[in-house]
Amino acid sequence: MDTSVKNTIAELAERAYRIRRNAVLMGEVQGQGYVGQALGIADVLAVAYFHAMNYRPDNPDWEGRDRFLLSNGHYAIALYAALIEAGIVPQEELETYGSDNSRLPMSGMASYTPGMEMSGGSLGMGLTIAVGRGLGLKRKGSAAFVYTMLSDGELDEGAMWEALMSAAHWKLDNLIAIVDVNNQQADGPSSQVMAFEPLIDKMEAFGWFTQRINGNDIGAVVKAFDTARNHPEPRPRMIICDTRMGRGVPFLETREKTHFIRVDAHEWRLALEALEAGRNA
Amino acid sequence: MNKTSAKPRLKTSAMIASIAEVGQKTKSAPFGHALVELARTRQDVVGMTGDLAKYTDLHIFAEAYPERFYQMGMAEQLLMGAASGIAHEGAVPFVTTYAVFASRRAFDFIHQTIAEDNLNVKIACALPGLTTGYGPSHQATEDLALFRTMPNLTVIDPCDAVEIEQLVPQIANHKGPVYTRLLRGNVPVVLDEYDYCFELGKAKRLREGNDVLVISSGIMTMRALDAAKALAADRVSVGVLHVPTIKPLDNTTILQEASRSGRLIVVAENHTTIGGLGEAIGAELLRAGVTKPFRQIALPDAFLKAGSLPMLHEHYGISTKAIAEKIKKWL
Repeated sequence: MDTSVKNTIAELAERAYRIRRNAVLMGEVQGQGYVGQALGIADVLAVAYFHAMNYRPDNPDWEGRDRFLLSNGHYAIALYAALIEAGIVPQEELETYGSDNSRLPMSGMASYTPGMEMSGGSLGMGLTIAVGRGLGLKRKGSAAFVYTMLSDGELDEGAMWEALMSAAHWKLDNLIAIVDVNNQQADGPSSQVMAFEPLIDKMEAFGWFTQRINGNDIGAVVKAFDTARNHPEPRPRMIICDTRMGRGVPFLETREKTHFIRVDAHEWRLALEALEAGRNA
Repeated sequence: MNKTSAKPRLKTSAMIASIAEVGQKTKSAPFGHALVELARTRQDVVGMTGDLAKYTDLHIFAEAYPERFYQMGMAEQLLMGAASGIAHEGAVPFVTTYAVFASRRAFDFIHQTIAEDNLNVKIACALPGLTTGYGPSHQATEDLALFRTMPNLTVIDPCDAVEIEQLVPQIANHKGPVYTRLLRGNVPVVLDEYDYCFELGKAKRLREGNDVLVISSGIMTMRALDAAKALAADRVSVGVLHVPTIKPLDNTTILQEASRSGRLIVVAENHTTIGGLGEAIGAELLRAGVTKPFRQIALPDAFLKAGSLPMLHEHYGISTKAIAEKIKKWL
């Protein structure tokens, strides 16, 4: 996708709808999955893959591509949904999600899936790899960006803060970190598991150019990505995205929130209908 | 001692102590110099460290190629993740820290960000086994056991300066991640006497002997050679098989040597008895049906003491004298 193609907000909303739909269809295949997170982050992924990033769907390893590192590997279902929409993974593979011998395992792994740049799962590693990639791209004189997606819960990990310091130390202005704040992690609300706020103050103090936006407002996400890419200072960039788990499926948005939203067997079809209704609204 | 005399110089438990014997031939910073030499022709080679360049001899490289040197701070998890990232972008990073920090603190990062993706990251770690008297915080007595379990990872335990110089270009040429123990500072020169040539994955017979076969790696090969010389005076004939590549193990050569009749087999390692070269070879002999008298010279399953290295090596039975005495007792 060439950055010169500026998709309109309406076109990006349609991409986000299709990413959500792909995620729900994959959830239905297994009867489970981190669908709540996928629905929450779909707008951000739509902007990343259809507005911001340079890549070639027919050549996922193209040297000039922007790198996208999924640190929170359990969000793989969300990234697969975007990779399918982007034409990097064929649509027909969707129904293999999480199955034996599939290229789309439940947790994201680099060796399995085209367009998956790292093996996640053990949380808190993506930003450390992103620092190395940022250094490596500068060494080669490449103009590509390294995007890495993290979750609020991952900020509990000490290595994250090693990487936060290091990225600023090395003035990695080719590094854009996206933090998904949905305030849910395995044992409960992230803010109760480990008080992580105030995030903007912390990140600015660590030397990052930081924006905080509603990650479900596509216009705001577009503006934040544009600002992050064009910011003149030699600092790493962070976009903190407050998102709503289950976004786009009202009965999931309001369901009791946990790290893993329960979806009953008959509800996958209802979720697709709810997405469709939202699309036409 | 009277009041006016100077206090005797006490032995040290300082972190940095040479393993060289008094008067032994040594070479300064063989790793650093070999890496500089390699980097002349290999533009993809870079150096990374976690605040230990000076203590892993990487400062030699940093001075020669400042633009190819990355100081990552005292942050070993970041160090390994960043090494993964820069390797993904085509560089071949030589990454240094102490063996305790790579093995104990950064294990998951090496496992997940480097080994799983089979990346060209070369991890070289100082203070292996009992080579510092600073105490358990710095004594990596279990690094080989831990790293042997990691798929894709090649594991090396070099003996001396000659071997370190030779292994640097070979591990750079090897496709995939490597962990090598590192001897730094003034490193003994031993293997030049034996017309030695390091080959990745190969065990080498350094000395022929009919009564005992010592199979060893790292500095224990130096000790085994010295013990063999001492035992020769007592008419005990000791052969020495040096096994610098711990993984993959050269089973062919090991089985060939161990199968020869009439020899006691002794594995000597600068490592805990658990999970290192001794247990690796013991299991391989059993699998192959080679049942021979088998003894292990290794460090105990314990948190080791602080103290001076000669005292500690004597205490834990890995000095030349202790090795020779044990072998005589076993015969």
